Amino acid sequence: MLLSRVRVEEKLLLEEFRKRGVSVERIDDREVIFELGEPALMCEVVLERSINHSRALSALRILNDWGVRTVNTHEVAAVCGNKLETSTALVRHGVPTPRTLVAFTPESALEAIERLGYPVVLKPPIGSWGRLVSLISDRYAAEAILEHKEILGSFHHSIFYIQEYVEKPGRDIRAFVVGDQTIAAIYRHSGHWITNTARGGEASNCPITDEIDHVSRRAAAAVGGGVLAIDLVEGASGLQVLEVNYTMEFRNSIETTGVNIPAHIVEHVLQEAQKAAAA
Amino acid sequence: MSNTTTDVAVCPECEGSVAVADVERGEIVQCPDCGAELEVTNTDPVTLQLAPEEEEDWGE
Repeated sequence: MLLSRVRVEEKLLLEEFRKRGVSVERIDDREVIFELGEPALMCEVVLERSINHSRALSALRILNDWGVRTVNTHEVAAVCGNKLETSTALVRHGVPTPRTLVAFTPESALEAIERLGYPVVLKPPIGSWGRLVSLISDRYAAEAILEHKEILGSFHHSIFYIQEYVEKPGRDIRAFVVGDQTIAAIYRHSGHWITNTARGGEASNCPITDEIDHVSRRAAAAVGGGVLAIDLVEGASGLQVLEVNYTMEFRNSIETTGVNIPAHIVEHVLQEAQKAAAA
Repeated sequence: MSNTTTDVAVCPECEGSVAVADVERGEIVQCPDCGAELEVTNTDPVTLQLAPEEEEDWGE
């Protein structure tokens, strides 16, 4: 397992491996040194659980090039770790997702915002836990945020990812897909428009309807499949996919749903290990 | 490796006592005295150091 910080999730995963008598080697991403072209790992599969996206992405690239099977793959991390990549993959595969515009300068971004109509959501393409995501309700706010981004932002804030704001009933949905199965889903309730549980959103069980199952599995397939958390919003015309997370947190969803999410993940990883051994 | 008994370690920030049970290396605990976030760097015996600050690419 590739990781550094052991969150509740990693602890539960380690426990599930232990229960099955599976030996797990921990690779600390702060200590590891990879030599390109020189595979140096004796294991069937690596479960990637780094808290740093850039470390995860680089490590997965090298491991996959070494021929090591990983959960998830480099391709999936590259697509899910960047909202622009996620959206283009969803659109390419015909998965319902809010209208999204992309611009590269503050001036063209302002034009794009006005074209979409207020309110809009401006998101940094790379980022998690709702960090630096802005709901913009008028032109003055748009101008202020774009100016701040131009002056204070690092280079990746110069890609302006602008999305239609979908009015939601005080909640959105997170569905967990493992392999080809939607194993659980939660509603995330919040009085705030940002519903991330990392930001105080409250979780409750969400029964998996045929639509949730169908849209979630299509979204998972669109980004390359594996162990994924799909964020969905209930729009007027049906479910729409907001984003797909590839190193998902699930601590608030186990008791809520009654589903042992880490056990499902571990079983999936062991199936991948069997495939690797058979290959 | 998991630890089945309670250990007491010293907070590197305030030198207060931090009691921990069943912790994993890499896990984060909070000092009850000063509130600092601490990373478990060893489990036998338990040692603690200040946890890394959140970075821009952290997340899920």
